[in-house]
Amino acid sequence: MREFLVFVRKECYHIFRDRRTLLILFGMPVVLIVLFGFAITNEVRNVKIAVLDQAKDTYSRQLTDRITASGYFTVDRYLASEKDIEPVFREGEVKVVVVLPPNFGHEFYHGRKAPLQLLTDASDPNTGTTLVNYANAIILQYQQEMTGKVTLPLTIQTASRMIYNPSLKSVFLFVPGVMTLILMLVSAMMTSITITREKELGTMEILLVSPLKPLTIIAGKVIPYIALSFIIALTILAMGFWIFGMPVKGSLLLLLLECLLFCLAALSLGILISSLTNSQQTAMMISMMGLLLPTILLSGFVFPLESMPKPLQVFANIVPAKWFIIILKDIMLKGAGLRQVWQPTLILGGMTLFFLVLSVRKFKTRLS
Amino acid sequence: MQPIVIENVHKRFGDVKALHDISFSVEQGELFGLIGPDGAGKSTLFRILATLLLADQGSAFVNGLHVVKDYKAIRRQVGYMPGRFSLYQDLTIEENLNFFATIFKTSVEENYDLIKDIYEQIAPFKGRPAGKLSGGMKQKLALCCALVHKPAVLFLDEPTTGVDPVSRKEFWEMLQRLRQKGIPILVSTPYMDEAMLCDRVALIQKGEIMQINTPGNIVKSYGKKIWAMRADNMFRLIRDLRAFEGTDSCFAFGEYLHVTLHVPVEKVQAYLTPLQHGNLVIKPAQPGIEDAFMQLMQEQNETV
Repeated sequence: MREFLVFVRKECYHIFRDRRTLLILFGMPVVLIVLFGFAITNEVRNVKIAVLDQAKDTYSRQLTDRITASGYFTVDRYLASEKDIEPVFREGEVKVVVVLPPNFGHEFYHGRKAPLQLLTDASDPNTGTTLVNYANAIILQYQQEMTGKVTLPLTIQTASRMIYNPSLKSVFLFVPGVMTLILMLVSAMMTSITITREKELGTMEILLVSPLKPLTIIAGKVIPYIALSFIIALTILAMGFWIFGMPVKGSLLLLLLECLLFCLAALSLGILISSLTNSQQTAMMISMMGLLLPTILLSGFVFPLESMPKPLQVFANIVPAKWFIIILKDIMLKGAGLRQVWQPTLILGGMTLFFLVLSVRKFKTRLS
Repeated sequence: MQPIVIENVHKRFGDVKALHDISFSVEQGELFGLIGPDGAGKSTLFRILATLLLADQGSAFVNGLHVVKDYKAIRRQVGYMPGRFSLYQDLTIEENLNFFATIFKTSVEENYDLIKDIYEQIAPFKGRPAGKLSGGMKQKLALCCALVHKPAVLFLDEPTTGVDPVSRKEFWEMLQRLRQKGIPILVSTPYMDEAMLCDRVALIQKGEIMQINTPGNIVKSYGKKIWAMRADNMFRLIRDLRAFEGTDSCFAFGEYLHVTLHVPVEKVQAYLTPLQHGNLVIKPAQPGIEDAFMQLMQEQNETV
């Protein structure tokens, strides 16, 4: 037991004496959360539009006001003729051009049908579609107000409500995502690097010749990183809560336990990687390619899994991050308890056990 | 019981023959040297004995324990100092020593008398990270770490490589003191002068042992007469001597050339005189272990 404690203390020396790595470890989550929370967002806000108002009547003016009043759009400039449209898009600032034909108001009331054109910069297709949808919705609402209550013989009235995230804040998606990413990074990459570093420096040779059991070596390496990951997880949760108002509706204890489980899964992956390679460089590359990319792309963090081709969806099932993100979202946003998340928890636990046993068995007691 | 016994050990790495039919044993309290150039297979043999590598064929015993079957027991008893500096660079001398003492289930105080002589030399720097020590101090620290659990057998793989001459001398004095305490030591070195300090040496090249004997006997068994020669233009002298058909071997040894002949020395003199070497000196010389090694090496190369 004393050997184990001394081993853990030695590992802490390594961690705390390497200031640069430590700074990255704690700086990265903060920077990522702030970036994703404030800067990188897929919400539509203050998008610049240009208006080519050929009617210049009350209605066209009202409609323009309605569009800007929403907060989603701001009018960057008014265009004088159709010739100006192309140059405006080329500049890149303006994403949408609203074209109101002459006699817009007149047509609206007398011709019973007023044409209106929306030109959108679709070089980024997702944003383009979103912008058109938003603009359409505003125009439709305006139309309803103008025509007043028309009682049609048969109507379907849709009443929609966004549950779990009523204000559609993207940070609610990113906090679980970033947490998964960071825990994966710290746990898997750092352990694989620290173990391969011992191999590279030759200290592993002495550790192997010592009476230390392989399990003691592994556990001694891993425990400090579990603690580190846990502190980082707490930091992210605290930032999510106090800065972005991200709630934890479910049990905090359950959430932390799940974090621990995920850390363990990532750590065992890290040990597995370190037993496959002898150099820090390769260990880092494998962690990057083999763990980080799937965690970002195939976990539902950035891209929805449901819209992926079937083979990728099936493949995503073996990415631990997918299950962890499901668990996190359920607990944090839906207030789920263990009864609701037992299935992904079980899958994650099974994976952890599998990787842990595999990595301990793969750990070599000799050099080759 | 002999502390180290090696029987017909073979080891290959792919196509490379690292060790070929190695057999020898080390006696109780003996300082045994493995002498050979880089790539001779010394480190491989150490790793097999330290239970870190498996031999392809043959068996080895450390303190009567088999290196494969009883590897766990061996690991508790041996002190192993790898060829590369293998301590934690970011830990201080003291932390390194305490760490290795603890993982070997002992403490620095318990066996302090064993490492006292060595530790006192590096003690003034005990708060310094190991990575910032000089080459000689690093090796002394590594030796302390390998000794701290009072091993029954000591394996030192090239402990003096990359160490300055003064530190090398000190290091070997320490090994002599350790031998007096009865610890059998297997040490490898590429330096011939260190071979003379061992009780017995094995000359090893290309994974094969060429000779095992005491350094004195190896020198004695060197049957040929050696001539030391020098001249102003050494390079031309070497070329001329190697071109001479009566020359067996000709190697540079410090300021002299060591030359063996199978013709009387007068013939060489007669051969060299018309070549007009300035300040030519020819005198008989005492053979050293290096001469013996060079000759054995040459013989082995010729048979291959």
